[in-house]
Amino acid sequence: MTNSTKNRIKDRIFNFIGIFATLIGIIILGFFIGSILYDGLTRIDWDFLNSLPSRKAEKAGILTAWSGSLWIVIFTFLVVVPLGIAAGIYLEEYGDKSKLSSLLEVNISNLAGVPSVIYGLLGLEIFVRLMNLGSSILAGSFTLALLVLPIIIVATREALKAVPPSIRAASYGLGATKWQTVWYQILPAAGGGILTGVILAISRAVGETAPLIVIGALAYVPFTPSSPMDEFTVLPIQIFNWISRPQHEFTINAAAAIIILLIITFIMNGIAVYFRNKWQKKINW
Amino acid sequence: MKKLLLSLTTLFLMSCGGGTETETSSELLSGDVKIDGSSTVYPITEAIAEEFRAVQPNVKVTVGVSGTGGGFKKFSRGETSISNASRPIKDSEATACNENNISYVGLSVAYDGLAVLVNPENTWVDYFTVEELEKIWNPEAQGKIMYWNQIREEWPNEELRLFGPGTASGTYDYFAEAICGKKVGTRGDYTASEDDHVLVQGIAGDKYGLGFFGLAYYEENKDKLKLVGVDNGNGSVSPSMETVSNGTYAPLSRPIFIYANNTAKDRKEVKEFVEFYLNNAGALVEDVGYIPLQPKEYEIEKAKFKSFITK
Repeated sequence: MTNSTKNRIKDRIFNFIGIFATLIGIIILGFFIGSILYDGLTRIDWDFLNSLPSRKAEKAGILTAWSGSLWIVIFTFLVVVPLGIAAGIYLEEYGDKSKLSSLLEVNISNLAGVPSVIYGLLGLEIFVRLMNLGSSILAGSFTLALLVLPIIIVATREALKAVPPSIRAASYGLGATKWQTVWYQILPAAGGGILTGVILAISRAVGETAPLIVIGALAYVPFTPSSPMDEFTVLPIQIFNWISRPQHEFTINAAAAIIILLIITFIMNGIAVYFRNKWQKKINW
Repeated sequence: MKKLLLSLTTLFLMSCGGGTETETSSELLSGDVKIDGSSTVYPITEAIAEEFRAVQPNVKVTVGVSGTGGGFKKFSRGETSISNASRPIKDSEATACNENNISYVGLSVAYDGLAVLVNPENTWVDYFTVEELEKIWNPEAQGKIMYWNQIREEWPNEELRLFGPGTASGTYDYFAEAICGKKVGTRGDYTASEDDHVLVQGIAGDKYGLGFFGLAYYEENKDKLKLVGVDNGNGSVSPSMETVSNGTYAPLSRPIFIYANNTAKDRKEVKEFVEFYLNNAGALVEDVGYIPLQPKEYEIEKAKFKSFITK
């Protein structure tokens, strides 16, 4: 056997392993989605979306849960996006390479690995008690914003880094200030990458349960929120609650609620992807 | 004369009682009732809150699931008016309440039975004595009691496979204390899951399996599991609505509670919610898979609450 046929065989083997690794994730995901759809799809109707929780599985609905999730996601988005992008710009463009900024960098990467329950405890002390927000939508959004902040910061920095240095040089060469360079050249060019980070962050936030339970998000709320200071529940809490019931009918409800949660995530991601594509088309150097 | 006076007083008291009762139920209240605590008690409180809405649509009742301990933490800070609890309040939690000038009353609202289960193909087990359960589950048994015939000689020489809730759950605490004693815990080499559905699947799929969990889960999976009676020295008793409620299924049945704080004294909506709870729990707890107290026991709890709010 010559060296080249050996290498060719190795290549084939690696190709095979690669396909296997890719398929395993997709097949498992497909299986999950399939079984959820099979269990829950027929349960979804207008009443299910529009009813309050109930002890009778067939009467129970997710009105308060999905509206709570929507409020939480919107406020988390409003808080975390400006903060995260601003921090990313500072660290990448303005921050000098001092000890302080490298300390900040290490800490931000570490923050991304802190278990979400810990953020819940932090939120409980700071937002719920110290700032006296109570177990409100605002307190929940702030907590989740902290939780997903590192994702956006890291994504922003990576996106800024990927902008070719020649663009910066050209902009400075024409006499632009740093801020003008960032605002008119670099940020638009990095927009796609930043939005990818935002998608990841918001998808993570919409599925979180543990930190919200810790700050006191409820399981039974018989009214939809009307202000950011209202108490709330979210879809993942409702799903968890139903899954842990002994009656089989509640499991079906949980499957149906999971489908709704997936749809909400897909819609939000769809919006972000739409904007990302639109954005990227505008850029032509 | 004395007799007449007595009957007059009785009449007066009765009309008084009747008067307040119609008054509270016809008056439309507002405000909110904040409840948090055990996820075991949650389904009952949810059912009560749902029905209460029909009577008092403007009272906002909210229920959280922070767990018994987490619930008491909020309760002792005055953040909630009512706490769901699957065990009585601990001394440390009671001290915390006192420090914040919060007085409270604990009320039993239902019973929860723990079922001991085996696979339906298991033909040899007729019942367990409490000593046998202790022998199987105590921490010393770890790695030692591994075969069915070590429990009773006539049982098969087959591997014993154990299933139970994880150590974080109140159900586990209760079983461990009832069978192995206070602060002993159980052996650790069993298949543990916080999701009781997993335990059901485990025992249903293993001829030599044995496990325990809440009676409600057995009720929903009767066809897949075999319920085993427990003998505490007075003969084998199977858990059922009757045996749990009248206390003969011991030691694996426990009362579960709500705790109400002093806001019940001056806030009508809290007071009325608790009264509604005790008046309707008997009918509603069965709906969600738990076992009601005896009617006269509810009367005792009602009297306890009444004396608390008038104190």
